[in-house]
Amino acid sequence: MANKDNLLVVSSSPHIHSSNNVSNSMRDVIVALIPALIAALYYFHFAALKVIVTCIVVAIISEYISQKMMKRDITIKDSSAILTGLLLAFCLPPSIPLWIAAIGSAVAIIIGKQMFGGLGNNIFNPALIGRGFLLASWPVAMTNWTAPFDGVTTATPLGMIKESVVQELPSISQLFMGNIGGCIGETSALALIIGGLYLLVKGHIDWRIPFSYLGTVFALTAIVGVANGEGSWFPLYHLFAGGLLLGAFFMATDWVTSPITKKGRIIFGIGCGLLTVLIRLKGGFPEGVCYSILLMNMVTPLIDRYTKARVLGGVRQHA
Amino acid sequence: MNLGKEFSKGILSENPLFRLTLGMCPSLAITTSVFNGLGMGIAFTVVLLASNIVISLLRKVIPDSIRIPCYIVIIATFVTMIEMIMHAFTPELFESLGIFIPLIVVNCIILGRAEAFANKNSLAPSIMDALGMGLGYTLALLVVSTFREILGAGTFLGYAIFGQSALIMILPPGAFITLGCVLAFLNKIQNRTKHSVNS
Repeated sequence: MANKDNLLVVSSSPHIHSSNNVSNSMRDVIVALIPALIAALYYFHFAALKVIVTCIVVAIISEYISQKMMKRDITIKDSSAILTGLLLAFCLPPSIPLWIAAIGSAVAIIIGKQMFGGLGNNIFNPALIGRGFLLASWPVAMTNWTAPFDGVTTATPLGMIKESVVQELPSISQLFMGNIGGCIGETSALALIIGGLYLLVKGHIDWRIPFSYLGTVFALTAIVGVANGEGSWFPLYHLFAGGLLLGAFFMATDWVTSPITKKGRIIFGIGCGLLTVLIRLKGGFPEGVCYSILLMNMVTPLIDRYTKARVLGGVRQHA
Repeated sequence: MNLGKEFSKGILSENPLFRLTLGMCPSLAITTSVFNGLGMGIAFTVVLLASNIVISLLRKVIPDSIRIPCYIVIIATFVTMIEMIMHAFTPELFESLGIFIPLIVVNCIILGRAEAFANKNSLAPSIMDALGMGLGYTLALLVVSTFREILGAGTFLGYAIFGQSALIMILPPGAFITLGCVLAFLNKIQNRTKHSVNS
């Protein structure tokens, strides 16, 4: 018992050896977020930096304290707390008071992750739990957007669509580069796409979730756009605006809270897309990525159960 | 029969909310402020006391096969009285508790005490049981609503404590988070005392 590491481990197959482990993969995701981080610092300067640092530091401290209290192994070295803090900061507005960001980060780690049993046992994406908690608690502070560079209060593009002030909408290229009001890490579509492609190439995420998610949103908004005579900007706008790219590449693909079967992942992505479009176009909020991913997280075990592959040679079951 | 024990079991060892986890629906819904929690607890205790007394006295008269409808009729009588009294004398509390006053009729703690205790025991133990359970439930509601009001509205019994409060705590999720944390805390304490007794 004393020295478990030196014992010969006998386990069942497969015996594939790989250098991939939790900390490496977490670090790779953080690397993939660096373009978005640079864009955030470029557009929102010091305000973004303050929120990001606060979230990460509080996430690490919360992880340490709660694991100490629950007498678990301290796992802050695997970078998962850093990733959660960073993702949470990315979906907060830059003008948010730091103490609110700190509470969100603590809630994400303690309630969203450790209370469910730690990394690998959480039902919901911890960063989104943190954001959901803050959005319900301080709705005003959470929807107070500032414009890039000068910090003047403004509306997000999706907010403008919701309020039907289409004349003031920024152009698609502004939207693509990220020169718009919005959450810290979600404004620059370009930076997020670079990061997402990096993850895809490295094989950390499956293409099925982001592509079915984005495809569903694009197809549905295109149909609505044609039906309302809005033109081709409408679906493109919905694709690049708001937290969709951040959610599709970095949050919906969370290894713990998304389905493990291939078919299940496509269902998961389509479900996320459907809910996002519904909330954006018909709901009370201008943006629905956060809640749609949380809702689909909830049905992930169910999806996995119904898309389980048939055992080779097994008889097809008639339920 | 030890009357003191019948009284004290409802407060901690068999607390209806924290140990038996009964009556969750009204507890989660009305604990948004301490005032509501207190009002609900008192109304509940009065109904439980009255129904335990009557059911205990009638326990030899009520036929076994239709006992549940009989209990419901008795409980509903007292709930209707309480509802009318509250409507007349505390209209503010009546408004904020709303549908949850008539719903005391189907509160599973009251029905549970009638079925599990009052119909098997004589008058004195039934009164002590009702008082203990009522006090335990009221205390539990007070604990949950204190946390929720202070964190969610920044006030205690209406007096402002601090300004920036987390709105979510007086919304439905806050009820589940608070109750879950309190239950976990009590279980932790219970496990610890059990452990020390065993070792």
